[in-house]
Amino acid sequence: MRRFFLHRLLLFLPTLLGAVTLVFALIHVVPGDPVEAMLGETASNADKETLRRELGLDQPLSRQYLHFLAGLAQGDLGRSLYRQSAVMELISKRLPATLELSLAALGVAIALAFVLGIAAAARRDSWVDRLSLLFSMLGLAMPNFWLGPLLMIVFSIELGWLPVSGRGGPAHLVLPALTLGMAMAAILTRMVRSGLLETIHEDYIRTARAKGLSERSVWLKHALRNSLLSVITVIGLQFGSLLAGSIITESIFSWPGLGRLTIEAIQTRDYPLVQGCVLAIAVSYLLVNLMTDFLYRLVDPRIRYER
Amino acid sequence: MNGKVFLFAGVAILLVLLATAGLAPWIAPYDPTQQNLENDLATPSRGHPLGTDKLGRDMLSRVVYGSRISVLVGTSTVTIAVLIGLLVGSLSGYFGGWVDHLLMRLVDILMAFPGILLAIAFTAVLGPGLDHVVLALSLLGWTGYARLVRGEIMALRERDFVHAAQALGGSPARVIALHMLPNLLPPLVIQATFGMAAAIIAEGSLSFLGLGAQPPTPSWGSMLNEGRQFILVAPHLTAFPGLAIMVAILGLNLVGDGLRDRLEKKGQR
Repeated sequence: MRRFFLHRLLLFLPTLLGAVTLVFALIHVVPGDPVEAMLGETASNADKETLRRELGLDQPLSRQYLHFLAGLAQGDLGRSLYRQSAVMELISKRLPATLELSLAALGVAIALAFVLGIAAAARRDSWVDRLSLLFSMLGLAMPNFWLGPLLMIVFSIELGWLPVSGRGGPAHLVLPALTLGMAMAAILTRMVRSGLLETIHEDYIRTARAKGLSERSVWLKHALRNSLLSVITVIGLQFGSLLAGSIITESIFSWPGLGRLTIEAIQTRDYPLVQGCVLAIAVSYLLVNLMTDFLYRLVDPRIRYER
Repeated sequence: MNGKVFLFAGVAILLVLLATAGLAPWIAPYDPTQQNLENDLATPSRGHPLGTDKLGRDMLSRVVYGSRISVLVGTSTVTIAVLIGLLVGSLSGYFGGWVDHLLMRLVDILMAFPGILLAIAFTAVLGPGLDHVVLALSLLGWTGYARLVRGEIMALRERDFVHAAQALGGSPARVIALHMLPNLLPPLVIQATFGMAAAIIAEGSLSFLGLGAQPPTPSWGSMLNEGRQFILVAPHLTAFPGLAIMVAILGLNLVGDGLRDRLEKKGQR
């Protein structure tokens, strides 16, 4: 077990470095002059030079890269060009909102998936099963940049039940969480259903029934627990994409998180901030995937790391 | 039975999508960029079945023309990605060793990223535009195909007919193209179907964020972006382009699922 953790950690480091390098390369190597893009073509050469020096863009690329890595090691991502503060500070201010939204979306997805998935498996081929199939087909086909505005029209504008946008109490969270979590709910529903249907024919389920346990207990305690493993993996992998998907959801609902900060940074061409935001989301994604791997091995003692 | 119905429904949706894209100039009642400021934000009527947008342009015509962008971005992205995936996967699977190791680490790193995040960063730096969207999506989208091709080729490498072809003096390129490719086409087509759905959603997302198609090009994502400003007064601007995306994605997913089920059943026989 320890070997597995160490091995996985060792694999994580090059991936992390690769991610960091990729983000650096995206901002620095891609053709086009960021300084001109920021100041506009009409800016004077002196202004351009000053900004270039401030950003360190007059240095050779290798030195810029080393400087970037050294800063990163100390938690320094540079300064935002237009907001008078450090990129790291801006990101850490916005991160809680994004985590709140992603966790809420995760909760929505898990709740929907378990209710619909269990109901569909227990009443196979009934109308409940068909309804859950329809739900997951539509949930996967509806892009969140459509679902969000649609929910807004129905529940905020027409019915007036929920706030249109912004962050506040739990009511503010409902629509963004539903928007962000829908695709994941769709995937998980199918997984819970098929996992249950696979385990329900196992021998130990027959034993549990023969012992005289109630159907409820058989399904929830015996079948569900054993079909959870694959679901956990998908939850972990999908949680990472929730973080990435939050960019669109946050911009629809004006949710003051990291995703919206990314878009604002892109719109104002604030390159240090763009770089920091993309890196923050990517590293969170990698960390979540790493934790999922660990959790998976911990939950399922049958899986051993091959020597 | 159910599976067949779904597959046919998916194929039917795709045929309609392709026909709409191909025949757009004949189907659309108006020029999609023709403005009529006296009739802006009109609700659906007989003259304009899906209403008009903020510049009085006919929404039906814009939705019809929007299918062209989706089909174009979807097919070109998937074509480029599949070609890169085929090349990398073949090299990796056929030769193995350090070539395989190096290429697969690259794949690992790219796959460790959420694709849409990289695509957003990429188009943000390159500047908005559909050409940059296709470039970003195909440069980031080939990894899945490479892994698939590599796995299939590694399995095929040990088969008798491949050994025979090699013994007859066939060059690696010839063996891969003539003897291996036909065997790995079915799984590749299935993955490409899902890949096209993903590409259409990604293009929509980028255009929705203002990083993809630029006005006045009618892309479904950018129409949704424009509709956002008028969500209170003209919800029809949001409803119809989104419906079009959903139906297109549904069609591709149904075809992908249906083909995968068939392939799995064939494998079991």
